[in-house]
Amino acid sequence: MKSKRPAIPYLGWMLVFTIVPLLMVIYFAFTDERGQFSLEPFKNASVYSEVFLYSLGIALISTVICLVLAYPLAYSVSRCSQRAQSTIIMLLMVPMWMNFLLRIYAWVLILQNYGPLDMILNLFGVDVTLIGNSGAVIVGMVYEFLPFMILPIHAVMTKIEPSLIEAAQDLGCNGFHVFTKVIFPLSVPGVISGVTMVFVPTASTFLVAQYLGGTQFMIGDVIERVFQSDHNTGSAIAVVLMIVILGFLVVMNRFGDKEAVAG
Amino acid sequence: MRKLVSIFLVLLMLGSIFLFAACGSSKSADGEEEEENESAGFQGEVNVYNWGEYVDPGDDGGIDVIKEFEDTYHIKVNYTNFETNEELYNVLTNSNSTYDVIFPSDYMVSRLREEGMLAKIDFSNIPNYKYIDERFKNMAYDPDNEYSVPYSWNFVAIGYNSDMIEEGSVTGFKDLWDPKYKDDGILMFNNSRDAMAIAMQLCDPPIDPGAESFTREDIDRATDKLIEQKAVLKKYVMDQVFAEMEGNQSGICAYYAGDIYTMMLNNENLDYCLPEEGSNLFNDAMCIPATCKNKENAELFINFMCEPRIAAANSEYITYGTPNTAALDLIDEDMLESELINPPQEYLDKCYTFSNIDDDIYGYMQKRFVEACSASAEINEVEKKTVNPAAVWAVGVILALVIIATLIIIILDIRRAVKNRGRINKI
Repeated sequence: MKSKRPAIPYLGWMLVFTIVPLLMVIYFAFTDERGQFSLEPFKNASVYSEVFLYSLGIALISTVICLVLAYPLAYSVSRCSQRAQSTIIMLLMVPMWMNFLLRIYAWVLILQNYGPLDMILNLFGVDVTLIGNSGAVIVGMVYEFLPFMILPIHAVMTKIEPSLIEAAQDLGCNGFHVFTKVIFPLSVPGVISGVTMVFVPTASTFLVAQYLGGTQFMIGDVIERVFQSDHNTGSAIAVVLMIVILGFLVVMNRFGDKEAVAG
Repeated sequence: MRKLVSIFLVLLMLGSIFLFAACGSSKSADGEEEEENESAGFQGEVNVYNWGEYVDPGDDGGIDVIKEFEDTYHIKVNYTNFETNEELYNVLTNSNSTYDVIFPSDYMVSRLREEGMLAKIDFSNIPNYKYIDERFKNMAYDPDNEYSVPYSWNFVAIGYNSDMIEEGSVTGFKDLWDPKYKDDGILMFNNSRDAMAIAMQLCDPPIDPGAESFTREDIDRATDKLIEQKAVLKKYVMDQVFAEMEGNQSGICAYYAGDIYTMMLNNENLDYCLPEEGSNLFNDAMCIPATCKNKENAELFINFMCEPRIAAANSEYITYGTPNTAALDLIDEDMLESELINPPQEYLDKCYTFSNIDDDIYGYMQKRFVEACSASAEINEVEKKTVNPAAVWAVGVILALVIIATLIIIILDIRRAVKNRGRINKI
């Protein structure tokens, strides 16, 4: 019991600022404006189903791209010397010191018509609109959340004992088998927390689509807008999003457990 | 030793940050000492709640209006901003903070007045009221001139890039629905009231956006019109409109005329059009809330804002028209000659002003606008529905699968835990 005492301030904080608001959101989602029980908010929220699917799709694609980019990078970084590792990680973190909105705005300037990228492509005779579509939104998302994928994978990779790899090699594994039998299984926990840390915020983020996308909103933008006039419907959308994300987390954790047991 | 050095360095860095912060704040107040002296010399305060960037801050040779008021009357101005009339209304009704001077728009003045939230202004304390143009007195929102002093006025117009779009070919809001401008980039208001008003004018038959009230069918028809526009629209914007238009990113937009004037100063390719359908004429006024605590200071402040020199500086800064007749002589002539600041009377006759509509209907309008914003651009021409049944089903199926999967996993975990416990007990 004693060891739990230092956690009391945080538990209190969580109760007031996490649990209570969560219950309020659920309460709002199941009531109408007069405070009576009602499923009306969910009926109203169904209008935004298409946006919802679109957001999940964008989140999924961004997460996969992040994973594909981050995994090899994290692997090769973890093979570097200690000094090189801290420098590279530091360089990865530097963009995150800048304000989120400024970073997105920088992408607007890069991708816009007559912007640097557009000019270069025009030189080669490629004439495409780079901004105002789902592609631009995905680019923005990947840029924003890539560090959240790299860091956990890298953290796990550095903990893999070199002796394990040597043992595998001694037992006759070639490079490919060392990877599939030793390195990958041991890095799964990192991959899982990386995927969670990228998928969850990309599904619910707002503003990125407003700046880089066209007329297509994402579910985060919709929640923000709906909340300005209608708490109940806004809460209902938030609850649906929470359930999907919760389910996602449960499945991911389960996946992680199994792998860890097998490993 | 090395640790000590690094801790020292970190402290040094943090210290320098505070030092910078201190420098920054004292610089803005012209030296720390002076600021202290001033605050000691203030004999009272006035709490002003205004739109963002709505008073001349004194850059580029203008007048620092707030500072000059403080220096003249030794009254401290606590200046805060709101973004929409509705935000102003919510703060006034729900929060404990009290304001002495507020700047609501026309329809919000009438709403606040009807709900008894405004104090009557003692006009004997506002001698500069004599400069206010008769045109802005006895307005519908304050028929007896008891509660408000007009501050600025403007209207909605169209701006376009003459590099992309032939000069003079844009005539009205209907061009914002024209597929031939799709590739140039069409921009629309990202707020329900302004966007819906334009859509209402284009409905067949048109709906008067200045009407006392709307039916839900009116709003549904306007929403359909907005959804129809989505196929050609580039974006819904508010402040982003400046970057889009000044940077030649988009070809045509509907926005506030005074702001189009500003954009035209920054990009000479831009041109404007007074929409043939007429547009929303609005004016913002200064009022005193009933809860105010410093009424005399508030009246002093309002009177100060009506001083011709000050009114002229503010009008030049925000590039909206001023109702102050004496200020007109002091304002840059180029600006006054622009139709975007002073539209001809024939155009003004075509304009309408917003009335104060029911909460209920306003909520419905906001809701339908978000639906229009999130509707897919490839809308079925015949059905024009915002709901796609296939998507609803898909979300439903995903939800069901997620819930089932979660339940199964939880049940499996519990069973395993029970089994393990049994095993432990046996041992």
